[in-house]
Amino acid sequence: MSDQTLPLSIQDLTVAWHRRPVIWDVEFEVSPGRLVGIVGPNGAGKSTLLKAVMDLVPKASGRVEIFGRPWRESRQRVGYVPQRESVDWDFPVSVLDVVTMGLYGRIGWFGRVRRVHREAARRALEQVGIGELADRQISQLSGGQQQRTFLARALVQEADLYLMDEPFAAVDAATEQAIVGILRSMRAAGRTAVVIHHDLHTVPDYFDSVVLLNMRVVAEGPTHEVFTRENLERTYGGRLTLLEEATEALRRREQRL
Amino acid sequence: MTDVLDWTWQYDGVILLTGILCAVAASLPGNFLVLRRTSLLGDAVSHAVLPGIAAAFLLTHSRTGAVLFVGAVVAGLLTAVLTELIRDIGSVDEGASTGVVFTTLFAAGLVLIVQAADAVDLDPGCVLYGALEDSPLQTVRIVGTEIPRVALTLAGVLLLNLLFVVLFFKELLISSFDPGLATTGGYSARLVHYLLMIVVAITAVASFEAAGNILVVAMFIVPPSSALLLTTRLSRMIWLSAGIAAISAVAGHFSAIVLPRWLGYRSISTAGMMTLCAGLCFLIAALFSPSAGVLTGWVRRVRLSLRILCEDLLALLYRIEERGSVPGGAGRSDVSNGQSGVFGDAGFEYLAKKLLCSRRLLILAGWIQQYRGNLVREGPAWRLTDSGRRVASLLVRSHRLWESYLATEGVGPGRIHRQAETLEHYTSEGLRNRLDTGVADGAVDPHGSRIPREDDFRIPPVS
Amino acid sequence: MSGFWQVADFLVSVVADFRPLAPGVAGSFRDRLSSLLLFEHYNTRVVVLGAMLLGLASGLVGCFTLLRRRALVGDALSHATLPGVGLAFLLAPLAGYDGGNRLVLLAGAAVSGTAGALAILFIRSLPRLKEDAALGIVLSVFFGAGVALLTVVQQSSAGRAAGLDRYIFGQAASMTADDARLIAVTAALAALLIACNFRSLTLLCFDEGYAAAQGYSIPLLDLLVMFLVVLITMIGLQAVGLILMIALLVIPAAAARFWTNRLWVMLLISGLIGGLSGFLGAMLSAVFADLPSGAVIVLTCSLLFFLSLLLGRERGVLVRSLRRRELSAAIDREHLLRGIWELRESAVEFSGAVVERRAAGFEELLSLRSWSISRLRAQIRRASAEGLVWLNSEGAIELTRRGVMEAERLVHHHRLWELYLITHADVAASRVDREADAIEHVLEPELIARLEQLLLQRQRSGEIPASPHEMGGFQSQVGSVASPEGHQS
Repeated sequence: MSDQTLPLSIQDLTVAWHRRPVIWDVEFEVSPGRLVGIVGPNGAGKSTLLKAVMDLVPKASGRVEIFGRPWRESRQRVGYVPQRESVDWDFPVSVLDVVTMGLYGRIGWFGRVRRVHREAARRALEQVGIGELADRQISQLSGGQQQRTFLARALVQEADLYLMDEPFAAVDAATEQAIVGILRSMRAAGRTAVVIHHDLHTVPDYFDSVVLLNMRVVAEGPTHEVFTRENLERTYGGRLTLLEEATEALRRREQRL
Repeated sequence: MTDVLDWTWQYDGVILLTGILCAVAASLPGNFLVLRRTSLLGDAVSHAVLPGIAAAFLLTHSRTGAVLFVGAVVAGLLTAVLTELIRDIGSVDEGASTGVVFTTLFAAGLVLIVQAADAVDLDPGCVLYGALEDSPLQTVRIVGTEIPRVALTLAGVLLLNLLFVVLFFKELLISSFDPGLATTGGYSARLVHYLLMIVVAITAVASFEAAGNILVVAMFIVPPSSALLLTTRLSRMIWLSAGIAAISAVAGHFSAIVLPRWLGYRSISTAGMMTLCAGLCFLIAALFSPSAGVLTGWVRRVRLSLRILCEDLLALLYRIEERGSVPGGAGRSDVSNGQSGVFGDAGFEYLAKKLLCSRRLLILAGWIQQYRGNLVREGPAWRLTDSGRRVASLLVRSHRLWESYLATEGVGPGRIHRQAETLEHYTSEGLRNRLDTGVADGAVDPHGSRIPREDDFRIPPVS
Repeated sequence: MSGFWQVADFLVSVVADFRPLAPGVAGSFRDRLSSLLLFEHYNTRVVVLGAMLLGLASGLVGCFTLLRRRALVGDALSHATLPGVGLAFLLAPLAGYDGGNRLVLLAGAAVSGTAGALAILFIRSLPRLKEDAALGIVLSVFFGAGVALLTVVQQSSAGRAAGLDRYIFGQAASMTADDARLIAVTAALAALLIACNFRSLTLLCFDEGYAAAQGYSIPLLDLLVMFLVVLITMIGLQAVGLILMIALLVIPAAAARFWTNRLWVMLLISGLIGGLSGFLGAMLSAVFADLPSGAVIVLTCSLLFFLSLLLGRERGVLVRSLRRRELSAAIDREHLLRGIWELRESAVEFSGAVVERRAAGFEELLSLRSWSISRLRAQIRRASAEGLVWLNSEGAIELTRRGVMEAERLVHHHRLWELYLITHADVAASRVDREADAIEHVLEPELIARLEQLLLQRQRSGEIPASPHEMGGFQSQVGSVASPEGHQS
């Protein structure tokens, strides 16, 4: 049953907190080399889903497999880009230090951080477009720059599966384009990315597959099949503004087709 | 000097050395306690010394230093473990669970001591001090010299802490900065936490024997906090904290000798003075740190406002020259040589009003610009000098270029003036040139005023 | 220069409380017990009352520090009062006051404690430094200053000074009626302050943003809380000692947290636990005359804390694990019943005729969901004990009549929740409490009725398949009761 080629396979996942279910009976699979977006209203459990995949929160039921194995065994092949708020940006480290942390898993307990590691970190920073900020202290970064730092940290791990929690939240347009560029080059290299996303407008442009989540999976699959008005209604309810957004997104997609 | 201070190397020197060793040894792991926001665990762990000693004594009926030492360290570690446990199992706030654990353990320790005293027919005080009776003069013979045992222990602890911080630097870094990443990356953040706690416990116990727990708790927290205010690089922070700790120890010791003399007392607690000196260092850092100090920040802000005021003054005088008169007749334009000035009380009133500052500040700004040679005072009047006019024209040029640029970019006419007012003070020549190429008309601003050229009033070099 | 050793000695004397209670009560154990219970001994009465009131007041104030995530501010401020006492003693004679006067010393403690509170606020405002560092710095530096001052004090007039430090960090055992009275007054004052500011304090603890928007000054409110702490501390310290004071400010509130989520209930319970600890602890240490009273009070308090940790009705460990177990069982049960139901629906061609399947094989059920063999077995056992399923002759699992009704109900509820999530997507996450039979307990009847109507509408219009029929009816629609989710891709 365990398919080693599938980067992510979730069955029956239920996570509850203090008796309140946060996500319920979530089930979907991710094929390799895809960019998958997870969308849903606030509080729909998207972050919790990612955290449950990484064993950061306990599961009430269900099974998660990464490349056919449980999380602990496949950990090295996964790169995680958390929300920016999850970290204390006052910490006395430089951008380069943060990115180099992505390599610590490989360096091991008593290894030292060598020049080759720092070079790799600098390359990753160049790749995300902030190479010149390598020695800057992280409290002096803008939101977009912070996001790119996290992205570089994930890139340097050279993982096969990337899990990203709202990387596009509150970033400037240039950063957004940079991130999209990185995602596409990842896909071209055969890597997979599962991304929590909040902006319906851009879903058809950015993602091959989408998972519509509102505490349970409303629908999931290739964007062009699943990203329909009906499904969006069922995910977001009758809220007018969101519905308008959804409509707009659909119209843009139709225009492209 | 040594005579004056009644100094004896065997006594004072030892205490000084012990103090320095203790302070530096504590400051090293203390950096991570502060960064992980668990400073008070240092306090909690050092309170665990008492129950540790009591339990060790009861269990082993031995009063040897080593046994009691181990007992105290175990108790310290237990404090940390139980704190984590209660926090996780009960979802209790971290501070609260620390408070519950260490007060309970301390109380249990007291009860144990009294019981122990009864069981072995001892005075409770005696049990406690038994291990602590080793004075700084009790020595151990090594390599032919007598070395105070306490100093030796602390030196060992310092070495241990140094090794710990160096060997585990990156593990400590990643588990303090982003424990989630640490765990997903294969480092047990929890293991690192407990290793740190062991080091903290050992340091606390060793220091308690020498100096009571006031000093060690202070050195866990205060020098690293001072260092954090002074730098934003972790490695530098660690060295700084060690340095500050050492300085505090030295200063504390000396002031403990000197101060009582001034006040007419016999002596004063050395540990207390060392702590006070650490606090003083912190205060100095808090006030004067270049990046984070309260006073330096204030001074920086004041200087900035003053600079802006001075520049605004020149620009205003320039505009008056351009217009050729001052509204309300508050001054006279003396058009000899095409220059005009502003003078008289009414003139200054007008300037102060336009610049939104008090008259005194205006005079100050005027004085500064006179000093720089941009203004000259002729009788009751102020006039721009040539260099002053040049500076002012460039400022006005920046302002009007910005207005043009913002208007070109579609910013509303009501706002361009205000934005330009701010931006003009931060515009270099390079930026001005770029603005110039970016605007529709480089000669006139949206209000119709002429934009000074870069070369206007350029002072020819003296040949 | 015996500073170090003085300090160790001093530390123990300062924080510890060695003297047992009621040294004057003599006689056998039983005599002591009975005289105690009858409150015969004046001293004991005073101490018990004083300890109880102190516990009560500390419990009240401790709630606010706990909810503001600053439980150890009591630790910091207790240590911060020390230099004030020393300074008051030294400087009072200059102003013409008697340095040994209790009120003078208390005033010194209050001033120094308030200075500590202000210092905490100042340090917190500095960049890069957080709450715990502020508490730690104030704690250690002020205490160090205090220790230094007190070593000076001890030299000035030996006899008095010796009395001073014992007197400042007194002992519960030697509490006098004056002490108790002072405690009572302070406790009343603290309670009054809390009552007058109850609304703003509530907002401060639970919704800081809203409080700020309403115009409350957050720093001032924080200062108020810290002032309450200083108030309690300076009275309490001179009665019961440092460690005990910290314990009383932290433990009762933390214990009360397990019982409720509402502030005023928490205040009540916390005060109760604090008072009870004081009472019981003092009584116990009177009975067992050789135990240090302060320590016994702390230990009593901790015991109550651990009991609350385990048994607390709202957040206790036992309760939470029971709830988790319940939820797991409910999930499993629902999965099982719906699983069998769904398998029932799959028609099987058998020699030309479509046959209704009533039973599900174990293997089939196993493959349907991600459960383990033992878990499935356990669930089947539980369900058959409830009379919902039975094992037929071939060893396959069938629904009983009750089982069918329950399965139908579950699917129906599922649909209602489904609909609720769709129509109220923006609030659903906070309201959903989706146990198998809980919808009536969570949503209002009117809302349920509306949802039912909506469901009916959608069923009629064919958007949602019709309700499952009663058992015995032949199901011809394949997948008709399959849940809407999970089958889209």
